[in-house]
Amino acid sequence: MALALVVDDSRVVRKFSRRIVEGFGFKVEEAENGEQALEKCRDQMPDVILLDWNMPIMDGISFLKKVRKEPDGAHPRIVFCTTENTFDAIGAAINAGADEYIMKPFDETILKGKLEDVGVLDLPVGA
Amino acid sequence: MTAAFRDFCSFLHANSGLVIDGEKKYLVESKMRPILSEYKLADLNALVAELKRGTNTKLIDAVVQTMTINETFFFRDRQPFDKFKDVIVPDLVKKRTPGKTLRIWSAACSSGQEPYSLLILLDQMRSLLGTRKFEIVATDLSNSVLDKAKEGKYSQFEVQRGLSTPLLLKYFQQIGDRWQVKAEYRSQINFKQFNLLNPLMGMGRFDIVFCRNVLIYFDAKTKGEILRKIRSVMADDGYLLLGASETVVGISSDFLPDGDHKLLLRCQGQAGTRERATESPALGRSSVVDNMVKHLREPRPGAPAARPLASAKRPLQPSASALAAARLK
Repeated sequence: MALALVVDDSRVVRKFSRRIVEGFGFKVEEAENGEQALEKCRDQMPDVILLDWNMPIMDGISFLKKVRKEPDGAHPRIVFCTTENTFDAIGAAINAGADEYIMKPFDETILKGKLEDVGVLDLPVGA
Repeated sequence: MTAAFRDFCSFLHANSGLVIDGEKKYLVESKMRPILSEYKLADLNALVAELKRGTNTKLIDAVVQTMTINETFFFRDRQPFDKFKDVIVPDLVKKRTPGKTLRIWSAACSSGQEPYSLLILLDQMRSLLGTRKFEIVATDLSNSVLDKAKEGKYSQFEVQRGLSTPLLLKYFQQIGDRWQVKAEYRSQINFKQFNLLNPLMGMGRFDIVFCRNVLIYFDAKTKGEILRKIRSVMADDGYLLLGASETVVGISSDFLPDGDHKLLLRCQGQAGTRERATESPALGRSSVVDNMVKHLREPRPGAPAARPLASAKRPLQPSASALAAARLK
């Protein structure tokens, strides 16, 4: 089963995201800041990471830069999920190695579309 | 599926041709909520009972209009756009000499996501196109949605549905909390008000037509007429794309599904020959060509007769209000 790591300092957001990605069939781990997330990654590298930007101790962009340097750090598809919604912030995140970017608030449709875009969900079949 | 939901679906199908997926009960419930409260109906059962009485035409119109307003987003349904990029454009590039213009018609463009999605794909295919140019004509019945389409300004929510972040950064600029298609791209689409029921004049000839989720609003006869009109402004080797729930089977012999790609409809016959055959049926009766044309125009013997999709007790007249509701994608 594919593993997703939800990194957010808000328990409410973690719960919201967890419920959606569990619905997509992922096993879910949670972390409440970048440092905790890095430990989880060293323990077991996830397949996809949903990453908040503003968090205490270590923020999302610092975590992103660090995790990409880890052995196997290129493996996870990393999707920012944040209220940071400026053109510059989005560009900086993509340049730092994020695969996709979601501006909060988001819903299941948006998250599903982005996970399909980065190739961790099967594309809808039909026609 | 509950009895009320099933009855609601049959009612809607009879009155608009719209087909509701059995899993969309939640969508029906959320869309009907304002109507239930406006008409002081307790629940879907009460609504269905009222619809079955058939006397409250205002309620019937409100239900049909509400259910036929579609959601819209960039690269909606994905597959038509994948086919456009991977099959249609490469095929037409082979058939059109350098310097030629590929003409594309988005025949129900709503607030613009479809033509902008096509523009983005074409822009990404510039090296394949070479010196071939492209022109996108985008039409809609409603001037108000066309104004939004021309402005090309979308909410944060809208640009996140279907559009990847690299494409957002490349083709849009941020204006406050909205995202607007950059002017240099907006200017590449020719937006026009047009009603598909009106004669097609001065439109030129198209290589590719996207006419998705429009035909569902019409009865079988009108569907056939619209398809014939569309065919008359298309190149003989052109491609038509309809919505996922739409078909030409039993409605039109002007198009046939492509053998390898069911989604794609290929033009049948030759527009010019067909016109002559219609005008002078006595001429060339024995000619093989005319017989072939005739064969293409008429249902084959033994082929199932056109099954009216909207066999309405109250046939859906394309009234201005119903069409306005046909906000298409």
